[in-house]
Amino acid sequence: MSEAYAAPDPKELRDHQIGGPELTARLAKTWGTEKGLLGALSTVDHKIIGRRYIITAFLFLFLAGLAAVAMRLQLARPESRLIGPDLYNQLFTMHGTTMMFLFAVPVMEAFAVYLVPLMVGTRNIAFPRLNAFSYYVYVFGGLMIWVAFMLNIGADVGWFAYVPLSGPEFSPGKRADIWAQMITFTEVSALAVAVEIVVTVLKQRAPGMTLDRIPLFVWSVFITSFLIIFAMPAVMIASTFLILDRLIGTHIFNPAEGGDALLWQHLFWFFGHPEVYIIFLPATGMVSAIITTFSRRRTFGYLALVLSLIATGFLSFGLWVHHMFTTGLPQLGASFFTASSMLIAIPNGIQIFCWIATLWDGRPIFRTPLLFVLGFFFIFVAGGLSGLILASVPLDTQVHDTYFVVAHFHYVLIGGAVFPLLGAVYYWYPKIVGRLLDERIGKWHFWLAFVGFNVGFFPMHITGLMGMPRRIYTYLPEMGWGNLNLLSSVGTLVFFFSFVVFLWNVVSSAKSGAVAGDNPWDAGTLEWATSSPPPPQNFDRIPVVTNREPLWAEREKLPVATGLSVENRELIVSTVTEARADIRETSPEPSIWPLLAAIATGVTFIASIFTPWAVVWGSAIVGVALIAWFWPKGAKEDEA
Amino acid sequence: MRLRIVSIASLVPLAGCKGWQSALDTHGPGATSLEKLFWIFLFILTVVWILTMLGLLVALRARRDAATDPLAVDATRERTMTRTVATLVGLTAVTVLALTGFSYAYQKRLFDRTENVLTIKVTGHQWWWQVDYEDEQPNRTFTTANEIHIPVGEPVRLKLEASDVIHSFWVPSLMGKMDNIPGRQNVIELQADREGVYRGQCAEFCGWQHAHMAMLIVAKPKAEFENWKNQQIASASPPSDDAQKRGEQVFFTSPCVMCHSVRGTSAGGRVGPDLTHVGSRLTLAAGTLQNTRGNLAAWIVDPQRIKPGTNMPLMQINPQDLDLLVSYLEGLK
Repeated sequence: MSEAYAAPDPKELRDHQIGGPELTARLAKTWGTEKGLLGALSTVDHKIIGRRYIITAFLFLFLAGLAAVAMRLQLARPESRLIGPDLYNQLFTMHGTTMMFLFAVPVMEAFAVYLVPLMVGTRNIAFPRLNAFSYYVYVFGGLMIWVAFMLNIGADVGWFAYVPLSGPEFSPGKRADIWAQMITFTEVSALAVAVEIVVTVLKQRAPGMTLDRIPLFVWSVFITSFLIIFAMPAVMIASTFLILDRLIGTHIFNPAEGGDALLWQHLFWFFGHPEVYIIFLPATGMVSAIITTFSRRRTFGYLALVLSLIATGFLSFGLWVHHMFTTGLPQLGASFFTASSMLIAIPNGIQIFCWIATLWDGRPIFRTPLLFVLGFFFIFVAGGLSGLILASVPLDTQVHDTYFVVAHFHYVLIGGAVFPLLGAVYYWYPKIVGRLLDERIGKWHFWLAFVGFNVGFFPMHITGLMGMPRRIYTYLPEMGWGNLNLLSSVGTLVFFFSFVVFLWNVVSSAKSGAVAGDNPWDAGTLEWATSSPPPPQNFDRIPVVTNREPLWAEREKLPVATGLSVENRELIVSTVTEARADIRETSPEPSIWPLLAAIATGVTFIASIFTPWAVVWGSAIVGVALIAWFWPKGAKEDEA
Repeated sequence: MRLRIVSIASLVPLAGCKGWQSALDTHGPGATSLEKLFWIFLFILTVVWILTMLGLLVALRARRDAATDPLAVDATRERTMTRTVATLVGLTAVTVLALTGFSYAYQKRLFDRTENVLTIKVTGHQWWWQVDYEDEQPNRTFTTANEIHIPVGEPVRLKLEASDVIHSFWVPSLMGKMDNIPGRQNVIELQADREGVYRGQCAEFCGWQHAHMAMLIVAKPKAEFENWKNQQIASASPPSDDAQKRGEQVFFTSPCVMCHSVRGTSAGGRVGPDLTHVGSRLTLAAGTLQNTRGNLAAWIVDPQRIKPGTNMPLMQINPQDLDLLVSYLEGLK
């Protein structure tokens, strides 16, 4: 099926007129990134930005992990004087904030930025300059809060920053402002990426990739993007209210002046609960991809899996009150949220059963990616089930805000998101780098992580039940929590060490790993149809999709659509449901203005911590940057 | 650091969950019913987890050979799998429904209200608990701190408030927790079935000294409780010996009186805990130190070392005066 979808302009070179290495080279020149610093900073290639995103997110993971190590050293013994309350409060705030806002959400979006265009068979992500902008904004937000921490003005009110503790009266100084403004940074970048993903998935799928042929990973980040679009504004409003209270003297959260302290919690958790699924859903997409490839069988229950994703997405907005069961809300209302929280076990159950069924009818190949997925089952199912204890209003009154909760959500987030993510790194590293990660070190990594995690976090269930609250920097020896805490500290240190092994594997395999080739796992989805690492244009000719697993269905040669320009950045825009090729559209050229706009935005955000007038003059400089960014250049298609 | 491997091993099973502040070592009807509900949940959830893991284990056997096209599926097998998955999803729904039902039944029981009971207002401050005993007769109300005495075998109502930030009142062996929120009042009832001293601790992060914000519940027979109450209602006993008298002078000429009250004297500060009967309390600094002469002196001399960030300031005091002051405070029984 190599027909042209649009009448070619006779003067312009099109991709059916040449072929082979010449086509590859010319397209690479058209879609490539200039050499040099300016080129690197101007790039709009989703693969380069995605790679930067992934590396940055893992850097933040290491920083937050170091904060966790410091906390575990302090808690290993009762009445330890290693770390005082001031530093400890900063450490757990930095750990939680970094893990949630600077690692978990960005790393999932980072993989989406890298993989979605490849998996749907297009040349670049939608709104590539916005993509570059979002990365820079994210980096500035992360830098701001960590530089502040290094300067000993780190946020110290917890990643949840409950008022009135984070309000002007009880947190004087700039610590809480820095936290609140970091939220603004990361939310702006997360929202930008969410919009790009939605548009890429809806409008840039390769011809023939109907809705029921979209890879499950793409489905999962697509649903996640909608969650981000609906959930993030709640926390942006909350953090803006907080800044207003702190900076210009409003009383939105001040009960003494008619404000309400609980309003913060509603707004925060209306975002905070979907946040968990924003992190978890992309991980389920990774699990689906890995299980399918390593079971040597197409996914069982594709439709059920997609519908479960959608159901989870909807339900995730009806659970937030289960973080507030001990605030004294009306009992009947609270029990409604018990029911809705338990209900989410059903779509999650469907997913688990469909994956197990796929494995059951397949031929499991126990490479490192699948090992991490099996670790995911072991840990995540335990964490999901202990979540049902937290969902119960009466039981929650005993376990809420204790180490039981700490154990639970580390089981859910590390088991449910980090293990699949590590599996995904082993799975897609060859595509990104061109070489395979070392299998032997990978197995060491897995077992150290698996054992370290369980030894570290399982005892926390018990310390919590024995009455140990969260967020305490020390405890009395007579409480009897000492030995369990020591065990937790030992386990988490082993867990941390497993990441050092991982880092070693990633660094050493980049030089000396086995060369991957296009499709080292014999997987079925489109990202494996191009070289590893992919050329700037992703595909020389846009593939045409005839099956959910195109590479398994078309083993001889993938059908392609031709007629796109070789000299201009053209891609196919297709119809929403059936993905019929609709029009040719030019994709933006590289530009330095997204970086400059991000700098202007960053200056405005940071300055507005100190003076509200920054919003006024900042808008002007951001406006100038945006005008330059969007200055019309007269694309060729418009002149025709 | 002593590595006590043997005791670590003995603590790992849940049977080792006894303790001063444990939700699995319960002494009141609220906490006991919660413990029962917990074991019901834990049993069901453990069974579900084990079955899922067994299912996964069985699934890991290879059931197709390497040559089979990964896209090929056997229609009969596919149907069996669909039926199995649908059944399992149905079972999940039933389990979830059962758990919701259990939860709701226990929730209703837990939050039942009794009429005409002893009512105590507990106000959370950074980082201590103010305790106000209410009474129909205004002259029988009184204020104390960090220690709540209750009669055994009777429900007691606690009105929970906060003066600054959010705190959470939690005595795991008697009852689940409930937040103290500024601008709101929450109410819980708790009861101790046995005489004893039960420890509780603030459960909502409230700033620097969140870790050192404990309280004790002292449950005693009704008669003893009434005696204690009468003694607490009374004003401070006047100093009895020379050292205490001179200690009183130190107290009234030092910054202590700016923040603390001693009923029956002119000390009327409302910022820190009421000290009228501080000598009779079991602990100091919100459950942080045993109430001994040495600890009291250490706390007065350098509260910032014991609770960094506490609102009690560092005070210049010479050793003789400190000794007298401690004698005076100890005498406030």
